[in-house]
Amino acid sequence: MTQIEQEISALRKELLNMFLAVNNQLQKSEMALLEFDKDLAAEITNAEKRINSLELKIDRDCENILALYSPVAVDLRFVLSVYKINHELERIADIADGIANYVNSLNSTFPKKAITEIKMVEMFAQLKAMMDNVIEAFEKENTSIARRVFKQDELLNLINSTASNVIIENYEESSAESLFYLLSCVRKLERAGDLTKNIAEELIFSIESKVIKHKKNRQ
Amino acid sequence: MTKPTFILEAKSLDVFYGDMHALKNIDIQIERNKVTAFIGPSGCGKSTFLRVFNRMNDYIDSYRMTGEVLMENQNVYYKSVRVDELRKNIGMVFQKPNPFPKSIYENVIYGLKIQGIKDKKFLMERAVKALNQSALWEEVKDDLNKSALALSGGQQQRLCIARALAVEPSVLLMDEPTSALDPISTAKVEELIHELKEKYSIVIVTHNMQQASRVSDNTAFFYMGDLIEFGKTEEIFRNPKQERTQNYITGRFG
Repeated sequence: MTQIEQEISALRKELLNMFLAVNNQLQKSEMALLEFDKDLAAEITNAEKRINSLELKIDRDCENILALYSPVAVDLRFVLSVYKINHELERIADIADGIANYVNSLNSTFPKKAITEIKMVEMFAQLKAMMDNVIEAFEKENTSIARRVFKQDELLNLINSTASNVIIENYEESSAESLFYLLSCVRKLERAGDLTKNIAEELIFSIESKVIKHKKNRQ
Repeated sequence: MTKPTFILEAKSLDVFYGDMHALKNIDIQIERNKVTAFIGPSGCGKSTFLRVFNRMNDYIDSYRMTGEVLMENQNVYYKSVRVDELRKNIGMVFQKPNPFPKSIYENVIYGLKIQGIKDKKFLMERAVKALNQSALWEEVKDDLNKSALALSGGQQQRLCIARALAVEPSVLLMDEPTSALDPISTAKVEELIHELKEKYSIVIVTHNMQQASRVSDNTAFFYMGDLIEFGKTEEIFRNPKQERTQNYITGRFG
């Protein structure tokens, strides 16, 4: 293996670690929210520091490869896409951390009825399926798996668009604070879906050299 | 009459050294006022191909060639073509700076003197112009009678470029022109190439991949006598179509 191949292979492993760490944070944030588990929420906040330092490490590795090995073609696209995916992942981790912060700062639990009606479980499950797909696509360098997330994201958008009504309907039965936090969680998860789509776009750019960003037809 | 878009062209070109098939059925069109880079591993035929255009291979014993080589739509291998005239139109710069053991001035006007030009005013004008074009004038204007061999390697190479430009060719062939130069001289020559393409069409053979990507508009990748891929430099370095090109430019060859 040439030096640049070794560097790229190491970078691939680093980003996979980042993928898995962020996915783990998301799953923990689901548990923390649904179970109203403040200990788990604190765990997420602690792990956030690790994710931030992993982000910096990957940034620096990308910079080094660009500066020292002058990658071109497939290698250049890979490094550029890792650089961007790294940032998208860090922002998804921020979302998990944001949800953990809500759990930590709320005194009473989230209202169960509103959680069910707003479809929080479905939302987390869909986001997990999307994350699993981009991780598999990254590992297998398979763009058709990456492309699945564009369709999957539509469910998150739909849930997000109906969430305000659910909050209004539950307004008299639950505390305003918990309902607002719940709505904010929905908004955050919808945003995480968009970031996951960005990751899929970067994977497709890296593997196929095709730019599908801002295009309606992503096939 | 408008000039053809392509200044140089090869059609179904095959080159042999004895039994060795050095270039295989090459078809290529070189654009006017552009820089075209030839890249490929040692022995791939890129330098041989460069030398086909100004007939530098003619006197190699075992050399044989079939196909057509055109400059401005004229076959450069027709019997009626005078090789000295052809080389006035197609200048060449080599890997190692090769100034003559003469003064700087004498080096620059050498080609013009060979043509029989004696008008001193004219010769000086051309020398000043060529030295300006090769970005050497400011460094040597007070030392024109100094020996060319006293110049640094980078200056010598720019002097050789001035010597090639003094006869006002339309094409400049460069065979690894910076491989013997330090990074600063290399940067100067690369900057020069960039400026010269306004007036000249340049073909450069280089082993330095970054140099090809920095200076050229089009890139041709050769491998074992075949022209594997030819296209816009940014396409070749961003997303080459052929796997062998990708393997070469990313350093995965072997």
